[in-house]
Amino acid sequence: MTEAAPALTPMDWTVHPPYLHAPYNSTVKRAPRLPLVPRPETLSEFTGPVYGEDRISPLDHDLTKNAVRNAEPLGERIIVTGRVTDDAGRPVRRTLVEVWQANAAGRYVHKLDQHDAPIDPNFTGAGRILTNDRGEYRFISIRPGAYPWRNHANAWRPPHIHFSLFGDGFLSRLVTQMYFPGDPLLALDPIYNGIPDEKGRQRLISAYDHGVTQPGFGLGYRFDIVLCGARMTPFENRPA
Amino acid sequence: MATSLQTPSQTVGPFFHYGLVFGGENLLVRDGTRGRRIIVTGRVFDGDSAAVPDAMLEIWQADAAGIYDHPSDPRRGQADRHFTGFGRSPTNFTGNCYRFETVKPGAVPGPKGVPQAPHLAVRIFSRGLLTHLSTRCYFADETAANNADPVFARLDPARRATLLARPEDAIAGAPPCYRFDIHLQGPGETLFFQP
Repeated sequence: MTEAAPALTPMDWTVHPPYLHAPYNSTVKRAPRLPLVPRPETLSEFTGPVYGEDRISPLDHDLTKNAVRNAEPLGERIIVTGRVTDDAGRPVRRTLVEVWQANAAGRYVHKLDQHDAPIDPNFTGAGRILTNDRGEYRFISIRPGAYPWRNHANAWRPPHIHFSLFGDGFLSRLVTQMYFPGDPLLALDPIYNGIPDEKGRQRLISAYDHGVTQPGFGLGYRFDIVLCGARMTPFENRPA
Repeated sequence: MATSLQTPSQTVGPFFHYGLVFGGENLLVRDGTRGRRIIVTGRVFDGDSAAVPDAMLEIWQADAAGIYDHPSDPRRGQADRHFTGFGRSPTNFTGNCYRFETVKPGAVPGPKGVPQAPHLAVRIFSRGLLTHLSTRCYFADETAANNADPVFARLDPARRATLLARPEDAIAGAPPCYRFDIHLQGPGETLFFQP
């Protein structure tokens, strides 16, 4: 069977990391070794879960408030905002953005996190946001700390926030990490450096944005996200 | 066409549970959901044939009538209102298993009007996977439908079996159970699609 021209933009492997990236040890036994098979493009791939406001609670976008027990969480407050578009530049509206992160000391509340740094009883580090009609999201949090991991001697993950996005269908799914500008740990991090292309790596570094910074409250960062899987126009979809 | 550089993928890491799994995301059925209840469970194995305890699966499927609850499905108006079709499960249930309680999906329209056999679209996320993996789960007791499926039928016959969920012995009082193991690498490596 000959392959039809794709109806949706494919993943760009010049920016997405390969499965096998030996400096990140965990890839060695988990990366498939056989070639990937061309993806199906059917109704099963053109569709995906649809979320509405009813799935979001009022404090889901404010990580400084959504786990408070007896005080404000410790650390530097930040505001993170950005626009989610497809790779044709169109806004991805009403899509779910899920975020999770370590606390200011670099500790996750996860039971398997063994890092000897304090847990903040007033901070879980998880949030959910729906993009608006312009594809924009915004949430409030605490700047996460760096934390050590066992990949190699004296290995430290650069501070980061995990992001999960769905987009319009099964093929636009993205899980990624947002980093902070000017971080010396980035050059040493095998997860970040699994991205083969410098322009791709730069995509994951948020930009300090003084227009987002709120006077007397916290610093603002901008992190725009581009999802693959945009629907191609019929002209572009015409077989060569 | 593509005017903007895509945002690169990064691993979900080992600590995703409190950000993505709050409990119950693996239960797709509720009161009123139409169709035959099934359980789909299995393990994710690494290249040493060790079960991966810190992976996460997502499934996306049609309802029992083969309809997706999504605007791109022209039959959405008839979709089961008690079924979204999306599920998420970590692999830390007993024995490092993932587990979904769902319904057997109906046949879904495919290209040129050829029906697709009942299937789940499956994604795998894990520490050590910088980009997620994508595959499909078909049902071993749907041989005729599988062989007529326009996606399944074009696959390398030697690897098709890696996409088959196999019926388990019935447990009294429990829904029928299918086992679908995923092998990330090594003998019996699961067939993965371009994600």
